[in-house]
Amino acid sequence: MDLHVIGPLASPAERAAVDAILGPATSGWSGGERNAATDGRAARGGHEARSRRDLLLPVLHAVQGRIGFISQPALNYVCRRLTIPPAEAYGVATFYALFATAPRPPVVAHVCDDIACRLVGAEALCGDLERSLGPAGSPSADGRTTWLRSPCLGLCERAPAAMFTLAGESSTTITAAPVDAVGVASRLAAAAAGRTMAGGTTDVRAFAPQAGEPGVRLLARVGQVDPEGLEAYRSAGGYRALANAIAMGREATIAEVTASRLVGRGGAAFPTGRKWSAVLAERSGQKYVVCNADESEPGTFKDRVLLEEDPFAVVESMTIEGFAVGASKGYLYLRGEYPIAGERMANAIDRARSAGLLGENIMGSGFAFDVELRRGAGAYICGEETALFESIEGKRGEPRNKPPFPVEVGLFGKPTAINNVETLANVLLVLTGGPSADGVGGGEAFASIGTEGSTGPKLFCLSGHVARPGVYEVTFGVTLRELLGLAGGVPGGRAIQAILLGGAAGVFVGEEALDTPLTFEATRAIGATLGSGVVMVFDETADLVDTLRRIAQFFRDESCGQCVPCRVGTVRQEELLARLAAAQRAPAPARSRDAELELLREIGQAMRDASICGLGQTASSAIESALKRPGMVAL
Amino acid sequence: MTHEPTPAPGHGGHAEAPPAPLSNILLHPPARPSHPPVPPPVAAPAPLEVRIDGLAVSVRAGSTILEACRAEGIDTPTLCYSENLNPVNVCRVCVVEVKGSRVLVPACSRKVEAGMEIETDSERVRTSRKVVLEFLGSSVDVSLAGPVAPDGSIAAYMERYGSDPSRYGPAAPPVAAGERDAHEPGHHHAPGGGPEAATVAQPVKVDNELYVRDYSRCILCYKCVEACGEDAQNTFAIAVAGRGFDARISTEFNVGLPDSACVYCGNCIGVCPTGALMFTSEHEMRAEGTWDESAQTITNTICPYCGVGCSLDLHVQDNSIVKVTSPMDSSVTDGHLCIKGRFGFQFVQNREG
Repeated sequence: MDLHVIGPLASPAERAAVDAILGPATSGWSGGERNAATDGRAARGGHEARSRRDLLLPVLHAVQGRIGFISQPALNYVCRRLTIPPAEAYGVATFYALFATAPRPPVVAHVCDDIACRLVGAEALCGDLERSLGPAGSPSADGRTTWLRSPCLGLCERAPAAMFTLAGESSTTITAAPVDAVGVASRLAAAAAGRTMAGGTTDVRAFAPQAGEPGVRLLARVGQVDPEGLEAYRSAGGYRALANAIAMGREATIAEVTASRLVGRGGAAFPTGRKWSAVLAERSGQKYVVCNADESEPGTFKDRVLLEEDPFAVVESMTIEGFAVGASKGYLYLRGEYPIAGERMANAIDRARSAGLLGENIMGSGFAFDVELRRGAGAYICGEETALFESIEGKRGEPRNKPPFPVEVGLFGKPTAINNVETLANVLLVLTGGPSADGVGGGEAFASIGTEGSTGPKLFCLSGHVARPGVYEVTFGVTLRELLGLAGGVPGGRAIQAILLGGAAGVFVGEEALDTPLTFEATRAIGATLGSGVVMVFDETADLVDTLRRIAQFFRDESCGQCVPCRVGTVRQEELLARLAAAQRAPAPARSRDAELELLREIGQAMRDASICGLGQTASSAIESALKRPGMVAL
Repeated sequence: MTHEPTPAPGHGGHAEAPPAPLSNILLHPPARPSHPPVPPPVAAPAPLEVRIDGLAVSVRAGSTILEACRAEGIDTPTLCYSENLNPVNVCRVCVVEVKGSRVLVPACSRKVEAGMEIETDSERVRTSRKVVLEFLGSSVDVSLAGPVAPDGSIAAYMERYGSDPSRYGPAAPPVAAGERDAHEPGHHHAPGGGPEAATVAQPVKVDNELYVRDYSRCILCYKCVEACGEDAQNTFAIAVAGRGFDARISTEFNVGLPDSACVYCGNCIGVCPTGALMFTSEHEMRAEGTWDESAQTITNTICPYCGVGCSLDLHVQDNSIVKVTSPMDSSVTDGHLCIKGRFGFQFVQNREG
């Protein structure tokens, strides 16, 4: 491949941002100063540069964070440093919503207008911003600030939410919730003037109301133990699980996880023990562990709470997983919209490394393991495991066809164990019996919690019309009614119109589902799903038509565009809902409601059957579930 | 990428036999083999027994479902598949039902497994193929898609599966040049409830003398990207940019081809199944209404430019070469050419002087 790079040179600031990640350019071949003595006739870079392809996203983040957008000269410099064809790098940069490839002001407010925030006035907030700041995306008079609409930011319990990004020498990202138009404008003004932006609340009870209550297991340290101190974590029971695992050996560790009948908490509910056994059984010199912290399902924020408030637990459980499957390297892929989680996880990884709990010879066992933190850049699809691998590898987040499955061919083509944050948190319980108990809890003990088909504790994300939104921990088997009771029920005694289980890729249920136990088997029996643990409540005042249209818009925005059923199907679905909504106002709609619903059914079936990945396969799930119920939606 | 420390060589603990003295080899060289060494025999893998549409068939191990279907004479539509490229399985028109699989599987890339029960014409398969073809027909100009053997014409498959793209409403008008290229990921204008169906319609990109890019006809099958990059030319001048319905084939920052890495090999044209990439000669004749494939002859010859000896198919109309392709089954080219073979035919028909 001949690298063909044209146009003006990158500015000193752009080059500095790139060099901060990659180190200085060592030759004229890689975009540095040409040294006639050493650069003469032999090209250098080549394989060495290409082997760092996976640093493309970190480098693009650096340029975006320093300048506010990625210019063509900056991208060209990146390409010369990493020997990536500019067209391909442009394809990557234009895939992620947090990267801009056209000039954009350095201070941006990303205002969530997704389903949970809409229930508490996000659309009115956006209307206020349009009046006070101008249309979304338009720069302010001084060119320093702008605002954009954003999909779910994972702050649903304190909706409406916004994220603020400041590009510059001290690049900053903060989140704030709840916000109003004045709060957005004041933070933009503060950042533009070089002042600190006010953050959000730090009271954990605002997002985990059970914090500090006895009996919680997954949330035991949340709000109780300093999330930035390793010693605090250790004295609260931390690293006992790893010690137990090392004492038991890898086979016994996996046997305990298998006996616990723990299944994945990211939505697919795959048995964790079986996944680990499969990776252990692979004959490969290099294996990887990946923690999927790209939580982006609208309405989901449970992993955020764990990552922010119990970050060492994530590091410890990844280390255990690496030990069990025989991997020496782990990647934590964190969604780009979680700045606090990013800081705390980076801190936790550093401290664990300093204390010898990452690196060579962990706890004197001879086992070597390290964790690298990677930030996503605004793409829901990267929560799909193979898209996540592609993203870590520095590519567009396009899911791979399966088989082969990640346990055989995963990250960098190697066997990979990939697990959700909450799943890993449960592994610690399996191996210790909980932070307060002594000794090994064991798989059998874990399996005795919950129901026969759904073992252990589970986190649910309650949002929408409930009195106390937040993350709640229950044991499997609690009914939907009991869970809503924990959150204080629907405010004002209003009637429930619908409940969304599992997020945008989930299913709407009605009041008749209130006595359904929240287990994998019971929700499956009523044609619903637990998904990622979303329980979003819509009372009688909610505009469900608006919600459905936002869900359709979400999938159209977040489809990667690779396969036809999803790329076009999500568009046709959104158009169809818009037609249905318009037909309500029209005296004589062009097509009957029944004909439209039949068309929607076929669109849904094709997306479900023929799409490459779970995004397309579930893109019509919530919408169809709502329209199928007589009287649920006025469409 | 991880950077594993390389173990220092030569410090293994095991004892090694002392090397034979050099003089032995010089004085007593080993006998020369009388024939080139033959690789050790490898037993051909046993054929796999599968059922396709209820019929028990025996399939060569390692073949794809598509190959198995074609061997049985089952016509399977494909768009993004090409014999000379790695399957990317994105168009999803070749999907089949495999018993035990939750979703349909792409025939072009899925390998057969022993005992597989494959349905190629079930209700689910027919519905998916019908709707996927409708999605394409309602969003892209597929009027020139096919007939390219063995891919067949999209129109014929649409008829077979009962596709009706007009179900999604009349096509929205084309957007201005460059508008789709400027779309940012994660943002789009929500439809207003009108009857129109969104399309990729836009003006043709003409920025060089050799070929045009009409992305109104692009179904995003990735073939041109594969041919430009890893699978043939290794030039990487184009890639998929953007996301979702705004995804498009693009150079970096949408620069024109003369400013890109394009070397004008035309291999992207050779693999394009829809006419989105087209010789300027063909494009202009179509615009004038003089393009007539029924009046064309194809002459197979060898490229005169260098010593490689690429097979050329000269498409001739009215005693003029209007297009050059290379046969897919040519062992020299696999259907790919370079700029000289593909475009260097003007001298043949320079009739002045």
